[in-house]
Amino acid sequence: MASGVKPRVKVPKKAAAGDVITIKTLISHKMESGQRKDKEGNVIPRSIINRFTCDFNGENVVDVMLEPAISTNPFFEFEAKVPEAGEFQFTWYDDDGSVYEANKSIAIG
Amino acid sequence: MELTRRNAIFLGAGAVVASGLPAFASTATDDAIAAFTGGAEVGAGDLSLTAPEIAENGNTVPIEVASATAVEIMVLAAGNPTPSVATFKFGSLAASRNASTRIRLAGTQDVVAIARLEDGSFVRASSTVKVTIGGCGG
Repeated sequence: MASGVKPRVKVPKKAAAGDVITIKTLISHKMESGQRKDKEGNVIPRSIINRFTCDFNGENVVDVMLEPAISTNPFFEFEAKVPEAGEFQFTWYDDDGSVYEANKSIAIG
Repeated sequence: MELTRRNAIFLGAGAVVASGLPAFASTATDDAIAAFTGGAEVGAGDLSLTAPEIAENGNTVPIEVASATAVEIMVLAAGNPTPSVATFKFGSLAASRNASTRIRLAGTQDVVAIARLEDGSFVRASSTVKVTIGGCGG
């Protein structure tokens, strides 16, 4: 597991039913591309997050496949519909098999 | 080395190989597009790609893709060592088919987005980004 991985998600606390909200996510990760070389000229092996998903109450919002060309600390911004109160689940999948998760609940009001 | 007739031919052949290299890079992009579309024709239409005209730092270039009816959008950087950048799939609760992220660009190049629309057709949008410092390390 890459060290110091910390997901951060920005979701409004409240929305009206059927509202469209903007979600911003950022996860600290070095996203080693596998193209760089160290001082001795050895290639630094690839270590990236290769998939990011966002679901709301089990229904999919976005599913992104990431490649090494995504910047360090991958950032995503997208819009979601909120049909009812519930919880957003955010999941990041690392190359080494680790999975990072974050949850944010949203109320209707 | 004397410039004989034989050497001149070799030099000419070398020049052809060298000039063939950029063409090879764009082949990788074409392959990635073909793999995504399954060989279907790619038109222009309901897809926009927003990227800065000049990026000072190729390590983080903000881009945005937007479309009204896309199911899936693939982003490619034609001049990177590996052209694939990301593929966005929009689920049933995606309010709009817009997404933004930050990408790495190795140098000045075209960023290409290909979208699969709800009716199964494919559209393409591209934007040229000038990069002052490349983002692939050295």
